[in-house]
Formats: sequence, structure tokens, C-alpha cells
Amino acid sequence: MKLKKNFDGLDFLQNNLVPLMFIIICAVCIPLSGFSASYLINEIVTRMGRNIFLILSLLIPIMAGMGLNFGMTLGAMAGQVALIFVTDWQIWGIPGVVLAMILSVPVSVLLGLLCGKLMNMAKGREMILGYMMNYFVTGLYQLVVLYFMASIIPIRHASIRLPRGFGIRTTVNLANMRQCLDNEFAILYKGVKIPVLNFIIIGVMCLIIVWFRRTKLGQDMRAVGQDMEVAQAAGINVDRTRIISIIISTVFAGFGQIIYLQNIGNFPTYTAHSQIGMFCIAALLVGGASVEKASIGNVFLGVILFHTMFIVAPRAGVAITGDAMIGEYFRVFVSYGVITLALVMYEIKKRRARSQGGELLAQAQRARREGGAQS
Amino acid sequence: MTNNGTPLLRMQNIKKDFFGNQVLTDINFTLEAGQVLGLCGENGAGKSTLMKILFGMDVIRETGGYDGDVLLNGQKTEFKTPFDALAAGIGMVHQEFSLIPGFTATENILLNREPKKKNVISEVFGDRLNTLDYKEMDRRSGEAIRKMGVEIDAGMTISSMPVGHKQFTEIARELSKDQLKLLILDEPTAVLTEKEAEALLDSIRNMAAQGIAVIFITHRLHEILAVCDKVVVMRDGYVVKDVPAAEASVSDITRWMVGREVQKAAAAPAEPVRAENRDARVVMSIRNLWVDMPGETVRDVSLDIRDGEIFGIGGLAGQGKLGIPNGIMGLYQAGGTVEFDGKPIQLNSPRKCLDASLAFVSEDRRGVGLLLDESLEWNVAFPAMQIQNKFLKKYGPVRWRDEKAIHAVTKKYIDALEIKCTSSRQNARELSGGNQQKICLAKAFALEPRFLFVSEPTRGIDVGAKALVLDALKRFNRESGVTVVMISSELEELRQTCDRIAIISGGQVAGILPAADSSEDFGALMVSKVI
Amino acid sequence: MHEYASAIALRYWLKKMGYPRLIIAGFLLFLFIMAPITGSDLPTQITNVINRFSWNAVLVLAMVPMIHSGCGLNFGIPLGVLSGLLGGTLAIELGFTGPMSFVMAIVVSTPFAVLFGGGYGMLLNKIKGGEMMVATYVGLSSVSLMCIMWLLIPYRNPSIVMAYTGVGLRNMFALDSFYAGALSEFLKIDLNPLGINLVIPTGSILFFALLGLLVWAFLHTKTGTAMTAVGSNPTFARASGINVDRIRTLSVILSTWLGAVGVLTYQQGFGFVQLYTAPLNMTMPAVAAVLIGGASVNKASISNVIIGTLLFQGLVTMTPTVITALIHTDVSEVIRIIVSNGMVVYALTRKTEEAA
Repeated sequence: MKLKKNFDGLDFLQNNLVPLMFIIICAVCIPLSGFSASYLINEIVTRMGRNIFLILSLLIPIMAGMGLNFGMTLGAMAGQVALIFVTDWQIWGIPGVVLAMILSVPVSVLLGLLCGKLMNMAKGREMILGYMMNYFVTGLYQLVVLYFMASIIPIRHASIRLPRGFGIRTTVNLANMRQCLDNEFAILYKGVKIPVLNFIIIGVMCLIIVWFRRTKLGQDMRAVGQDMEVAQAAGINVDRTRIISIIISTVFAGFGQIIYLQNIGNFPTYTAHSQIGMFCIAALLVGGASVEKASIGNVFLGVILFHTMFIVAPRAGVAITGDAMIGEYFRVFVSYGVITLALVMYEIKKRRARSQGGELLAQAQRARREGGAQS
Repeated sequence: MTNNGTPLLRMQNIKKDFFGNQVLTDINFTLEAGQVLGLCGENGAGKSTLMKILFGMDVIRETGGYDGDVLLNGQKTEFKTPFDALAAGIGMVHQEFSLIPGFTATENILLNREPKKKNVISEVFGDRLNTLDYKEMDRRSGEAIRKMGVEIDAGMTISSMPVGHKQFTEIARELSKDQLKLLILDEPTAVLTEKEAEALLDSIRNMAAQGIAVIFITHRLHEILAVCDKVVVMRDGYVVKDVPAAEASVSDITRWMVGREVQKAAAAPAEPVRAENRDARVVMSIRNLWVDMPGETVRDVSLDIRDGEIFGIGGLAGQGKLGIPNGIMGLYQAGGTVEFDGKPIQLNSPRKCLDASLAFVSEDRRGVGLLLDESLEWNVAFPAMQIQNKFLKKYGPVRWRDEKAIHAVTKKYIDALEIKCTSSRQNARELSGGNQQKICLAKAFALEPRFLFVSEPTRGIDVGAKALVLDALKRFNRESGVTVVMISSELEELRQTCDRIAIISGGQVAGILPAADSSEDFGALMVSKVI
Repeated sequence: MHEYASAIALRYWLKKMGYPRLIIAGFLLFLFIMAPITGSDLPTQITNVINRFSWNAVLVLAMVPMIHSGCGLNFGIPLGVLSGLLGGTLAIELGFTGPMSFVMAIVVSTPFAVLFGGGYGMLLNKIKGGEMMVATYVGLSSVSLMCIMWLLIPYRNPSIVMAYTGVGLRNMFALDSFYAGALSEFLKIDLNPLGINLVIPTGSILFFALLGLLVWAFLHTKTGTAMTAVGSNPTFARASGINVDRIRTLSVILSTWLGAVGVLTYQQGFGFVQLYTAPLNMTMPAVAAVLIGGASVNKASISNVIIGTLLFQGLVTMTPTVITALIHTDVSEVIRIIVSNGMVVYALTRKTEEAA
């Protein structure tokens, strides 16, 4: 009985190494940081409201076996392009947010299509391709926003143009849109502001994902994700299914970025998207997801743990070493480290599978010989 | 059970060649609804090609189609893709599982044919957003499993199932197709336990009783006799026998499978065992070898190979003959003991084997045998350079590639083996299969080994090249006194080349016979321990 | 008939070269033609290109061993860069100055490169086939770990530690009294006295030539041959008695060491050391350059390195001046991003085609 429990414990430890590590880091750092409970909870709730949607966009490509969608940044850029237009047209508040979301869709679909097609050309290397696509499309984004906008693409308001006459300023101000979703139906409870509308949107999104898993398309994606050849043989259009999954992810990432930025209230035009993919992926992995398996539960747990660490690390770093920078670097290191660890574990697991066959054969031979000796 | 007297399936004068290589000649047979047809023959007899034609596989069309007619219910049909065949009511269970590991049996049975429910969103965005009707799925899979008559857990995921249940899931998938009229089972019992195999035979009888025709391919001949209505035996691309199962016995079928016509056997007489070999000392002794090579598992093999002989290893595909050299040479995990020249050979270490003057020509030319994107010179000289420090110039501690010596040795073998190439610097990828095989031989010869494993030396090469390759091997054996172990699926080829032949069946040695023994004896050994 | 044959040859050549490479080469040619027209001084431009070439070529060379052994593009080059940075800063800390500090920097960085490369190589052996993604993140996480270390390692030399606190290294510091120009000043050819703005950093180029020759020679030895075979077909190599893992680890160590030497070479030309997140900016130019030079994910040669570095650095140095003069807008940074990353995306989508 005891032995069995022990064994289970080890298994549990192995499967949940990353979340457990994070719980320990948080448990150590929270007292050191000296933040009050209400401040901490308020921060975490706010960050949940603005981040979860973005992270949810990662789930569908994982389901389709395409791994962590490092290309989600493409959607973020689409969202930013849409926000620039909406800002220029001075449509504010919730209508502005909705319009931005609608505008982002065609751009996201186009980028997602491109990304999906390329990923089909590089099967087995989707993640590194998505990662490189970030940088490649960042170049295109800069070309459009920095040189084409206000020169080829009409931008009416001088306030968002660069002084030289074309291109967009390095910061886009969303003051009139700031937290319009967060504040709608918001509840203030013991110093913690709960952005109810945000959570409703997230809830709806979760329901959509749960529902989506039960659709034919969802089923096809799961099949494609597990074995492309079998799926193909059963008549499922594998390439098309994969492209659709990337397009969906990109579109949702675009929405997610708009939700994220309306909370912040402004964004650095040329860098707002650059770190978003990394943080979202790290958070998802911290929640216990892996390259091939992720659930909504992973998303929520991951956001809470990752952001707790993110908030407390700099202060805890000061308390331990006396240097604020160390905490800053530490949290970056942890985010990268978690992704590295998850990737390594995934790759090792993929290769472990065999290696037991030989043992079985030797055993069988022994058993046969003993059986022969007895009879 | 027939429709107006026309049979369900009629194969009429089917002919097929792969680039001039005739693999099927004048195949004729018929199958009635509700009948079970046992199809047997050695590997390479043409069974799978015939089934590929029937099932409309892409390979057939890509290699120039076939001649003759396939008639379904008297209608001439020609399937362009397997999906057409499926639509016409033909189902096939392949040797390799085609299942999604993380899905339940039900999900796999109804893969891409799931019953669906419409909803508001799917009205707008299209059918793929219909939700699955899980209740209906359970009902249909349950029905298919009942039809099969073997109890499996429909809710269990494939990855946690025993291998036999995976096989049954595949069969249930075919049975769940309403239009199914003809089911092809390609060696379905190969992975089953005896009990499961019994259950499968029952389920075949069950299907037949419901009017489904079954083509049953297997090497376990007693199963054919137990369940089939008729037996069709193929050999070398011909149907050599088409009789009711009641009129055949296991030994009859074996004889039909391997028996050569008298004049043919006379045309290629096996050389008698050379006298000096009879008492030659044992140069390699293998004891209790097991090898974990997927699809070619070796379970318990003990062999003694004499100095200077050409020793053949034969057997049906999948029985483990290929595992023997691959295991000894360290390419797959192996256990047991192997002694060479009185000294034990360390297993699982290619380097140790090569150091002991063993060499191996792999059956997997492109995967193991060649550096496809490098020159012929590299291919020929590489192992000898790495193992024996040949073709190197020494400058102090630096060992520099000696391009001249490499060129010379490659040239030598290109001439000796009549390898057709534009230059010795050509990439190996650009050569034809036969010439690639000769490069593999040259690579082994360049090592000047004392003992050579050659695995499937003539696989996938044309007749002319075959003779050249076999001659080269014989010459190498006679002139250099090298012991050669040749592994081949083609019994005739072994009989022409080897002194003694061991037949591997079920991962064990079924028996060792002199090459001059009759084909029937070899045939009986081949199927004796089939698992 | 004759034309027909040459058309086929041309098409074959085009295919072999790859369109992106031709487009880049064509664009560079266009830049060179436009340079005098737009009024910029051609010798100055050539000097710039050669200069940048001499800074970067060794870093690009560091790609070669790992590509040869089948480990793919070395996105983990920051590890080598970090070894180089450790070597450089420690050599200065130990009090070496002038060209001697350059020699010592290489000497000190070597054990780090062997250590980091060895560990990294063993990790990559466990994840064969998935190297590139893991390499990227090994690079990222090791750089961020070293960010902490630069603050914690007790450096004392006042010319490199932070001015106010005296604790932790500066973000960037000049090498004037250390190894700046250690190579480039050696046998420098300066044509300015003759009225031509052409300066050739002979020493740097000779140094690259020496390393290139060493790598070339290594690939012609027994072990080098084994390395190429491992990259070409690991199963073949294993069947031929090669210890595939050991050869791969060796190639990673070599790449890492070349990365260390590469960054030191870069610094002696540039004249500054950049720390903290700067090593991350070294990866893409090197990867892109070797790909532009004609390498693929699993094949690379020294000539790929030379051609690629010249093309890429030519592009980077020429576009700001020439294109800016043409359209009065500086799009060079954007072009650099699109070209370098586009090249990598292109290479990643291609390998499956070749394998089939």
C-alpha cells in the first residue's frame, strides 16, 4: 500500500515538475517581496483578465499536433494594425475594441494562412518555423507601419504620425479606450477590482474551445495531431486542417492582443508584440502543459503562477541580493528556462519509447527455456 | 447467395509489371458473396500487388496501371483511389495498424465517418463545425463490434489496448461501413495470441454468414483450412492452384506454394556442397541470440557457420531472418552469445564487429548502406578508412585523407563489379538500384573482411544485375576464402548460391538443409513455427 | 539545339543557386552600381564591406562544424559568444593589455567553450532531430542566466565595472587599451595617402583565412570525414563503427569555440565589448549569412561562409547609404530583418523537399 503510494507520488512529481517548481519559487518569494495580499491578488486578477485570452489561442494548434504556436505573434501584430486604424478614426470605448477585433480578422487570416502553408512545408519543424516567422513578419510589419502608413495607406491624424510626415509614432496612445472592457460591470471587493466583462469573454472563449473539441473539425484536428498518415488514409484533408488550426489560433491571438492592449492603455508600436509569444508560452507551460497536451486548466494555473512569480521576483531579488536588476533578469531567465525544459522533455520523451523491447525478448527466451526444462 | 448467377468479384486475366518486371500474369479467380477465400503464397508471389490492384492503391496507377478486368457484380470497375474502393464496398485491413493511438475504439472505428448534429454555427461556417453525435457513435460502433462477434471495450483508448484488440478494432472499422461487401484481411492473425486468433476465425465465419465475402491472406495454413471455402495459391505471379478448401491439406498447399516446375528446377541446379566444407571448422557460433528489430524479431537462434562456406538464411518476411545480421552487427539491440574464431564478439557495438574483420551489407541500401549525397569514392572507402586506417596519409598526429588511394580503390571496384556511373565522384543517389547494391558490396570488399553478412543482396534490382551481384559474391567467397552468410527472401536464389540453408520461422531456426534438398522440404520449414 | 542545352544548364544552375540567393546577389550588384550614382564614394563602401566581413566571418564559420555533423543551424551560438565574453573580460580582469589581451582572451575562453560546448553537445545528443528549437532556447536561457552572472561575478578592474557602484560589469565598454585592433592593425593596408579611401584590415582577414584553412583541413582528416558522414547519414556512420554521439559532441565543441573566437574577433574590430542581452543579436546575422552563402540545413562549406558573409554584410552596410540617398528614407534595418529572417524561413521549408 505504502509502496504503491510512493510510486504514484514519483509519477506525479515527474509529470508536474514545472508547476511544483513554480509553487516553491512563489512560496519563497511572496514573503520576501513584502507585498500585501490585496495588492497581490488585485494584480493577479487584472493580469488574468488581460492575458488569459491570448494564452487560450495557443490551445488549438497543440490539439492539431503543431506544438507551441510561436507564430501567435503574427496575430498580435494584426491586432496592433487594427488598433492603429481604430485610433486614427477616433472610435473609442467598447465600439472601438469591437471594430478593432473585426478589422484584425482579415489580416490575421492572411498571416495565419501564410504561416500554416509554410508549416506544412516544414512538417516536424513547425515550432522553429513559427519562431522564425515572428521575426520575418516583424520585418514586414515595420515596413508597413513605419514606411507605408501615412504615405501609401492613409492616416488622417497627425497625432499618431511621426513628425517626418509618414510612419506611426513609437507609442500609440489608447487612453480613450483604456480598460473599457475591464471597467464594464467591474466589481470592487476589498480592494480587488474584478473585471467582470473580461472574465465573461474569457468564459465564453473557454466554452467555445470545449464545444470546438466536440465538433467534427475538432475531432479531425485531434486525429491529425496524433497521426497524420492515419488521418490522411481515413480521408481527412490533413494540410487543410492544419492550416485552419493555425488561422484560428492567429485570429484569437489578434483578439487577445486587443484585449491585452486596451487594459494597458497604450502600446509601443514596434515592440509591443515581440515578447508576447514568449510570455504566453512560458505561462502555459508553467501551468503544466506540454508541447503535445494542454488544457484550459493549464492556462488558468499557469497565468496565476507565472504572474505571481513575475510580480514578486524583482522585489524578492532586491531583498536577497540588494540589486533590483537581478530579480528582473531572474524572471526572464526563468521564463526562458521553463520553455527550454519543456522542449527538452518533449524531445526526450519522443525518443524514449523503445529500449524496453529487448528486455522483454530476453525474458521470454529465459521463460521458454525454463518451461522446456520442466516439461 | 449470388446475384443472377454472377459472382460478387471476378478477377479476369489480371497482368501487372513494374517497369518491365512481370509480377502478375493472367490472374483469374472468382468469389461469391458470403464466401471466404484463402490466399497464400510466398513473399513476392504477388499477393500484395494483387490486393493493391483490387483496392485501387496509388502505387499501381503511378507505375503504369494494370491489364485485365476486375468485375464487381458483373460490372467492370477500376478504382482510382482506395476511397473509390471503399465506396464500392471493399474494405481492407492492412498489416500495419492504421489507428489513432489516443482515440478510443469507437472514435477509431468511425474515424472521419462520425455521425454529426447540425447547429447554428455550422449553418454559417460549414459542415465541419457540426458537433459529433456521441450517442449515435456508441450505437454504431457497438453494432459493428457485435457484427464481428468478438468482445472489445469500445471506450478504451487504443494505446492502452493489447495488440490483438487493436487488430479487432481495425476489423470493426471495416464492418461499421454499411456498404461493406468484401473484406480483405492481410495477415490479420500475425499479431494475435492463439485464443484471439480462434476468436478471429469465428468472427470470419460470422461475417460470411451475414453475406460478406472475405479474402483471407495468411501464412498459417491450418487457419485457411479451418475457415475458408476455397484456397487460391500464388507463386511467381501466377495462380498455381484454385481449389475448394475441403480438397486441400497443409502439405498440399506448402508444395504448391514453393514447388517449382520440374524443368525450371533443372535449369538452375544448386551446386553440390563442396566436400572440403563438410568437416571445416566452425568459424562463427551463435547461441541463443535475440534481436529487437521491429518487424523482424529474432527470439532464440543458435547457429554454427563453417569456415569458407556460403551459408544461406531464408524464411518468410517478418519471421526474423533479417534480424540476425542486424543484431550481430550491432544495429539493433541484441542479446545472447556470438563467438567468432573462438573469441566472443561484443554485441550492440558495430565497431567491435568491424574490428574483428566482420562486414555487413545491409538490406536497407538507402537508409543504412549508402551516403546518398556523397561521392562513390566516399561510400566505398569510408568504413575501411575509419576502421582500418586505410587510405590515409600520416603527417605527425594528423591523419589526412589520401584522395589518390581512395580514387584508385573505387576505380578498381567500379571496373571489377562493372558499376555503371559517369565517374567515381558521382553521388551515390544518382545510381540505379543494382549499381547502388554493387557499391555496397564494394564497400564491404574494401574492408577485406574474413566474414561477410549480405542481407537481401538482390532486393529491388533487375534480373541482369542480380546475376552479376550473386556471381561477385561467389567469386569473393571462392577467391578470397571469405565466409559469406547470405540472407534472402528468395529461396531459389539461396539454393543457387549457398552450400547450406537455414530457414528461420517465428524468430527461431526451423531447420538447416543442404541447398540440394527439395523445395517442398524448405517450404514446410518456412511455415512450421510461424507466429 | 545548342541553345536548348544551355537553357537547361542555366535552369539547373538557377535551381542550384536558389532564387533568394540570386535576388540578394542581384540587389547587392545593383547597390554597387548605384553607389557612385548616388554620390557615395565606392572605395569607402568597399572598405566598409571588407571591414564588416572581417568582423563577422569567424562567427559565420562557427556554423560549419555543427551543420556538417547534422546538428542543424546553430541557434545556440550565444553559448560560444558567452565563452568568448568570459574569456575577454577575464583576460582584462587579469591585467592583460594590448594585443596580448587578445591572445589571453582566446586562451581563457577555450576551457569555457569546451565545457559549455560539451554539455550542450550531450544535451543535443539526447534530442536528435529537434536540435534547432532547443538550441534557440538554450541560447536564450543561458544568455539570461549570464545576465545575472555579469552582476554577481566579482570583477574588480575599474575600466570594465559599473562606474557608480563598482559592482557588476558595464553594459558596454571600450577596448582601446586592450585588444581593439589587435588583428586589424596588423599589416594594415591604408591607401588614404594615395587619395583613395580604401583600408584593408589585413591581419583580421589573415586570421579568418587561418581559421578557415584549419576548419577546411580538419574536414579532410579522418575525424573530419567521419563528421561529414555523420551529418550525411547517421545510420550509415553508426553501421561503419563510428561513435555518432562523440563526433556530434566534438562538432558542437568546435562550433562553440569558433563562436568564442568569433565574438572576440568581432570585438577587436568593433572596438567595444557588449554584454547582457547583446549576445542574442549575434545569432541571426551568422545563421542568415551562411544560408545566403548557399548552405542548407545540413550542408555547408567554407566558400558558403565567405560568399554568405560578403553578401550579407554587403547588404547591411550598403543599404543605409545607397538606399537612403535614393529614396531619402532609411529602410536598411527593415530590409536586414526581412532578408535575414526570410532566408532562415526559406531554408527551413526546403529541407523536406531535398530529402524526398
